[in-house]
Amino acid sequence: MSLANEFTKGFYKENPVFKLALGLCPTLAVSNSVQNAIGMGAAATFVLLCSNVIISLIRNGVPKKIRIPIYIVVIATFVTIVDLVMAGFAPSLHKSLGIFVPLIVVNCIILGRAEAYAGKNSVFYSFIDGLGMGIGFTFALTVIAIVRELFGDGKLWGIPIFSANFEPVLLLILPPGAFLTLGLFLGLFNWLDTKRSAA
Amino acid sequence: MGLNEIFIIAISAIFINNFVLSRFLGICPYIGVSKNIDSAVGMGMAVIFVMTLASMVTWLIDAYMLRPTTSNIFYIIFSAKEPPDLTYLKTIAFILVIASLVQFVEMVVQKVSPSLYKSLGIFLPLITTNCAILGVALLNLDENFNFIKSIVHGVAAGIGFTLALVLMAGIREKLEMAPIPKALKGIPIAFLMAGLMSIAFLGFSGLKVQ
Repeated sequence: MSLANEFTKGFYKENPVFKLALGLCPTLAVSNSVQNAIGMGAAATFVLLCSNVIISLIRNGVPKKIRIPIYIVVIATFVTIVDLVMAGFAPSLHKSLGIFVPLIVVNCIILGRAEAYAGKNSVFYSFIDGLGMGIGFTFALTVIAIVRELFGDGKLWGIPIFSANFEPVLLLILPPGAFLTLGLFLGLFNWLDTKRSAA
Repeated sequence: MGLNEIFIIAISAIFINNFVLSRFLGICPYIGVSKNIDSAVGMGMAVIFVMTLASMVTWLIDAYMLRPTTSNIFYIIFSAKEPPDLTYLKTIAFILVIASLVQFVEMVVQKVSPSLYKSLGIFLPLITTNCAILGVALLNLDENFNFIKSIVHGVAAGIGFTLALVLMAGIREKLEMAPIPKALKGIPIAFLMAGLMSIAFLGFSGLKVQ
């Protein structure tokens, strides 16, 4: 188990969104602008990091049968922290993410990492794993958001990119655009995989 | 509060703001359990059932345990000076309640009706991490629904979810035979289909139900 591998596996090889198809609800819902995507990514990364560390710390004291409720309480605590901090310091972001901030609790990436990794590995490795996976999630969100915001709204980070003649594809920032963009990205990653394994 | 208002809540939760296709809640089971119609129907029924119960229970918890009103249970029991404001605990309280509710429902169904348990049972544990359930509870609060409206919203959201899930399962059963590019097989094509369905559901936003 090499440190670099544990850190980078979340970016591409085990990217939570593109490869494992986890955490898709927030991916679809908040990828309508790059700002939202990075805000959501940062919030989820924070929760993932903290919950991974705490769960890894308590892993030997947790009875096997009730581990899931315990993990959920740990995760929900950090989500509440993020919720309150974001409402206090970034109210506009908090408003545009809406119910998806409290819904980080049921983001399957976080419970998935707790169950699959942090419950079995040491604190340091769990920290690295949480950081890698969090960055991978943020990366996936941002890539989708760039496509949707650029072509659906003609902007990036709220700044107009194209000339005034550009007619934005409004569909892309509406709900169907989220499904179509994510579907095409998943297909692209599948295709890259088959090409790589053939070569 | 008239019947009219209830009708509006139901129609908008099923069609206009469909939980899956326009609010993006419950995507994991939507993609995961839509491979054949039978399991889609089973999952849908389980979700309607749990959503209704969860709407009821979370509304009661919010009204009588978290909100700083004079009917707050802790205010009455401990005869505090002023009602405690515990609304910041809602995420933790709701997810715990939903998780234990699902566990409880599973045990009751197993005891009372083994045949129902056989068809619903395997879907119940999956529901805890279904964000649509926690989503409906949080939306009820955001919209300031009263008890009856919350229940109606819960049932309607469940029906909307089931509708989208069963339609998707019907399409995916046909897709099995279709000649699609190898890279798009499985989940990617499911998302593309969901996108097309979502475009169709956009049409409902033209409904003026005011």
